[in-house]
Amino acid sequence: MIAPLRVIARLGRYTLDGISRTGFAARFFLATLLHSGTAFRRFGLTIREIYFAGVLSLIIILVSGLFVGMVLGLQGYETLQTYGSESALGVLVALSLVRELGPVVAGLLFASRAGSAITAEIGLMKATEQLSAMEMMAVDPVARVIAPRFWAGVISMPMLAAMFSAVGIFGGYLVGVVLIGVDEGSFWSQMQDKVDFQADIINGVVKSVVFGIAVTAIALFEGYDAPPTAEGVSGATTRTVVTSSLAILGLDFILTAFMFRGVS
Amino acid sequence: MENLVEIENVTFGYNARPILKGINMTAKRGQVVAIMGSSGCGKTTLLRLIGGQIKPSKGLVRVAGQNVAELEQDGLYELRRKMGMLFQFGALFTDMNVFDNIAFQLREHTSLPEEIIRDLVLMKLHAVGLRGAANLMPSELSGGMARRVALARAIALEPTLVMYDEPFAGLDPISLGVIGNIIRRLTDTLGLTSIVVTHDVQESLKIVDYVYFISEGVIEAEGSAEEMRASDLPFVHQFVHGEPDGPVPFQYPAPPYAEDLGLSL
Amino acid sequence: MSRAWLDLWVGLFVAAGIGALMFLALKVGSMNTVNKDESYQVIAHFDNIGGLKVRAPIKSAGVVVGRVTAISFDDKVYEAEVTMTLEKRYAFPRDSSASILTSGLLGEQYIGLEAGGDDVKLNNGDRVKLTQSAVVLENLIGQFLYSKAQEGAGN
Repeated sequence: MIAPLRVIARLGRYTLDGISRTGFAARFFLATLLHSGTAFRRFGLTIREIYFAGVLSLIIILVSGLFVGMVLGLQGYETLQTYGSESALGVLVALSLVRELGPVVAGLLFASRAGSAITAEIGLMKATEQLSAMEMMAVDPVARVIAPRFWAGVISMPMLAAMFSAVGIFGGYLVGVVLIGVDEGSFWSQMQDKVDFQADIINGVVKSVVFGIAVTAIALFEGYDAPPTAEGVSGATTRTVVTSSLAILGLDFILTAFMFRGVS
Repeated sequence: MENLVEIENVTFGYNARPILKGINMTAKRGQVVAIMGSSGCGKTTLLRLIGGQIKPSKGLVRVAGQNVAELEQDGLYELRRKMGMLFQFGALFTDMNVFDNIAFQLREHTSLPEEIIRDLVLMKLHAVGLRGAANLMPSELSGGMARRVALARAIALEPTLVMYDEPFAGLDPISLGVIGNIIRRLTDTLGLTSIVVTHDVQESLKIVDYVYFISEGVIEAEGSAEEMRASDLPFVHQFVHGEPDGPVPFQYPAPPYAEDLGLSL
Repeated sequence: MSRAWLDLWVGLFVAAGIGALMFLALKVGSMNTVNKDESYQVIAHFDNIGGLKVRAPIKSAGVVVGRVTAISFDDKVYEAEVTMTLEKRYAFPRDSSASILTSGLLGEQYIGLEAGGDDVKLNNGDRVKLTQSAVVLENLIGQFLYSKAQEGAGN
């Protein structure tokens, strides 16, 4: 075949591969939802996975949240004081965290801490034929292994994002009020005045739930789809972090466009 | 004796590459049947066909009278409860200890009280001589021990058919003898049917009732262990005596050596 | 790890997560959205609302008494129609006046409600007739320049 044709043929191959992989991923996601009964009937299985996905991510989430909040307090103060409106520091810190940074940064950290661990674990279970063995024991691996991990991720993510925001606001308070000396009353009261429960906090929680679904589904699929070799699993782990980070940022843009349209 | 597994004229291939070409084979109840052949000749594929994890492109696989390829998921899972399988490297669940690995199926498929499960698990472990290792994690076991635990797990639900995928691969001579012994003893005492896929001729000929030799997707020879030892078929002779060259050539197909080196004669 | 420890950790985790959510809901945000049952709505027309936004506060004597819930354009009188949702516990005379004010020089805009002297109170669906539009900086500067020019011409 002549060179330009070969390029076009390759483009066609990539497209077809991409479509079939997407189709496989969609079927896998659907199967996970359909076989979720076990994850709730035997909630102990899901609790175990919440420990691995959620509790073990706590340290990194709490420490990062505190520092992000402290930096926001410091930078926000620098900028706001030029306009003489340091009293709005609380608003700035709280809104940035609750609307954007909480869900997004917690999501990115969750992807690299829990997502990669999930992919590696599932990939390894596949490579060492544990999933095959389970199937031969007449136990459906999607119901027994995949679904509990999926729901654990979906439950853990909003919790982690909320903790990230709360700790971050505390960090902003530490720097702004305790260290720099912004008035404590106006810090909290302006924050309460401007942060709306429905528009800001609920929307932030919705975002974090969506990110939880995206990250966990991607991590599980990559693990399940990984070639059963050492390179296969390590490649899949990397892909999980990259794909789910991009998914978080992309989804965040779309969700923000829908949620905060027309709101100041 | 009645046939538990019947394979009729089975053909199977991944993509366009055929792996099995028209295999016929039976396993009678209470027998240890060995499937032998060089690496990559489709032995493991055969086990997957029997377990229903893949479907043949042509032909029939029947287990206990049921056509495996035609079963729905429920029927297949029902059938698999009567099958045990020992995977090549054990495939123990790495996040559970030995006890929980063996109790896995009992907990998934029965609602037995925990005390009875404990007794059953300890019985299985005792049968493979590892009752003392119940609380170890799979990462703390040696290769031979892991294989024995996997064997105990495969017989946990007291199946009628147990399949072994390379049970002897990578074991020291002592473990080798131990595993071979256990396979024979379990088959006789529990009234199982065993299908052993292996390339370890010497060890398996000691314990099996019937042998199939597969090469390049077809059955080259079959018969009892004595018949195979005495066989003068070139392929069997080469395989049993481990000769480097013969019907299975040492050289991978290639153009003539001299030509490849650019020598003109 | 034993089952009991696992359950304990996950329990603590979920409790901390719910605690963080409660903190966000109660301490950081407030249920600003006025409850429908405990509020009434009045409308006001303005020539120009400037930068007024939905959810902007309505203040009387500096106290938040409600929120702007809708802004639209009335093409019959060519004026902006602002729907104000006020809390039921605050009643205002019918001849109260509404003006769009700015908090600080660059702050956000809000509606200031000035009580009148009428005995009849505002009811749901009533209209506040006396309104004062937002101060638009460009107009202000334009007026200032115009009056300066007039002064110059007068001399």
